[in-house]
Amino acid sequence: MAPQDSAIIASAAAKVPTAGEVLGPSPGVILRRRIFSHAGITIGATVLILIFAVAIFAPLLAPHDPLDQDLTQKLFPPIWHDSAKATWEHPLGTDLFGRDYLSRLIYGARISLLIGFAAMLISGVIGTALGVAAGYFGGRVDMVVNFIITTRLSMPVVLVALAVVSLVGNSLWIVISVLGLLIWDRFAVVMRSSTQQVRNLDYVAAAQALGCSTTRIVMTEIMPNIVNNLIVVATLEMAHAILLEAALSFLGLGVQPPEPSWGLMVSEGKGLMFFDPWLIGIPGTALFVLVLAINLMGDGVRDVTAPEHHN
Amino acid sequence: MLIYASKRFGIAVLVAITVSLLSFSLIYLSGDPAMALAGESATQEDIENIRRVYGYDQPLVVQYTNWLTKALVGDFGYSNYMRVNVADIIFARLPTTMTLGGCALLFALVLSIPLGVLAAMRPNTMIDRFALSLAVVGQALPSFWFALILVFWLGITWQVLPITGTASWLNFVMPSVALGYYITPAVMRLTRAGMLEVLTSDYIRTARAKGLRPPVVLFKHALRNAIIPVVALAAVQFGFMLGGSIVIETIFAINGLGYLAWESIQRGDLPMMQAIVLILACFYIVLTFLADMLNAFLDPRIRVG
Repeated sequence: MAPQDSAIIASAAAKVPTAGEVLGPSPGVILRRRIFSHAGITIGATVLILIFAVAIFAPLLAPHDPLDQDLTQKLFPPIWHDSAKATWEHPLGTDLFGRDYLSRLIYGARISLLIGFAAMLISGVIGTALGVAAGYFGGRVDMVVNFIITTRLSMPVVLVALAVVSLVGNSLWIVISVLGLLIWDRFAVVMRSSTQQVRNLDYVAAAQALGCSTTRIVMTEIMPNIVNNLIVVATLEMAHAILLEAALSFLGLGVQPPEPSWGLMVSEGKGLMFFDPWLIGIPGTALFVLVLAINLMGDGVRDVTAPEHHN
Repeated sequence: MLIYASKRFGIAVLVAITVSLLSFSLIYLSGDPAMALAGESATQEDIENIRRVYGYDQPLVVQYTNWLTKALVGDFGYSNYMRVNVADIIFARLPTTMTLGGCALLFALVLSIPLGVLAAMRPNTMIDRFALSLAVVGQALPSFWFALILVFWLGITWQVLPITGTASWLNFVMPSVALGYYITPAVMRLTRAGMLEVLTSDYIRTARAKGLRPPVVLFKHALRNAIIPVVALAAVQFGFMLGGSIVIETIFAINGLGYLAWESIQRGDLPMMQAIVLILACFYIVLTFLADMLNAFLDPRIRVG
């Protein structure tokens, strides 16, 4: 034992430090601190949780039935308008058919979130499977997957989605499946490169040497180490799917009337936008805020989990 | 370089063939195309007739090769709805969409490259924060809504720009902005990241140490290298924009390919849809091929690896 070591032990014996003082905060604590001090994540998550809550409790929160028409009460302006027709009965006014705008907005959150989440799940499963397979096996598998990704990227998304929906017929689930089948490309690209980075590390080699099955290696060695990137892509793609659904509904081939989709509400209001600009202002803002919140979350997760990649 | 180029070319051709297969199969998505053409009140005999006339009774392989060989020489068949040759009308509308896409790309580059450079020159300052928040906001704006907002303020309230048609260059201003802003975040981020990387490299330090004036260092030495991936990205994004023009052209009533696509989808005009999907996909394939070639030409590491 070197003399310095005994000196250290002697001084340490004088005042025994706790584990926390020696090691500093644990990685989990650091991560938690980073998450809560990150403005993007806190703002994004708060807004997102609010919108989620609104969507879940829609029947309790909505003052009216979103489909209930009353032509005697059509086109009431929102309450902040200085108009005799503005009433607390319809805080955000009513649309061309006298349907309560606030209730439609509240139920619209359900549709946006459902489509965004479901399409993200489908595309996530497809993209992750392709990307991880390409990254793990490499060689021929990688070539084939790359080819599939290139082919998918060359198809114009909006156009193909519109064409397929118009030919197959449109229901909520068809819109979800079409979007899910079309937007997996970013999942595949990111999961492929993340897997490539991880697969040659020692712990994967160790698992292979132990004779673990491929499934086990992928599930317990590779996935936990690329799941951060997966979350980032998942948020971005959820936002992407929500925007695409809105665009499809706006063009008349997404969610069908009288369902309250935000894109559809903008589309229904655009003919009257010169006289009643709030008709497109309100649903458009809702869409913008939702997508912004999701994107802030995604960017935040990337900053927090991989600060070195973000300058 | 030649080996790399021919390899990429081979892949591009394979992708094009796969895409053509997919757009050909659009016909069969709606079920029996002959029945769809004949309408609801058609007799069995009418349907059989249509099937024979349009060649739907032949094996799929024969139908596909017939369609493809014709498409290769620019014959995309006959539009059942518009009573014209699909190719004629598509090539008549293509220049409008190209102009729109070009203007949109120009707008995006003029906005995002200077912003990206400024942000990289002064990282973590107000300019940088402004550029980054602009990117975050830009990514969350629904393009159709942004287009309507432009129409409302610039077209209706202030009446400074025409809101529909293609009569003069002024008509292209709003659609180009609405179409182009969507790709600015990506281009801006890439310019910023590229510049940040280049500005810390040794040869920039050498250039500065030689006493070169800052603008020379910045534009002649740094930007030149940082811009390479941006050019490649711009080419790819141009392909995306041609596809995305369907929303913008519909809003501004611009008689281009996107509007044509929307019309033919509304009418169930299958030959037209197939042709537009195929042509837009081929544009994208050609653009990515060119972008790959440019990257490989400028960066030898790519063509070796």
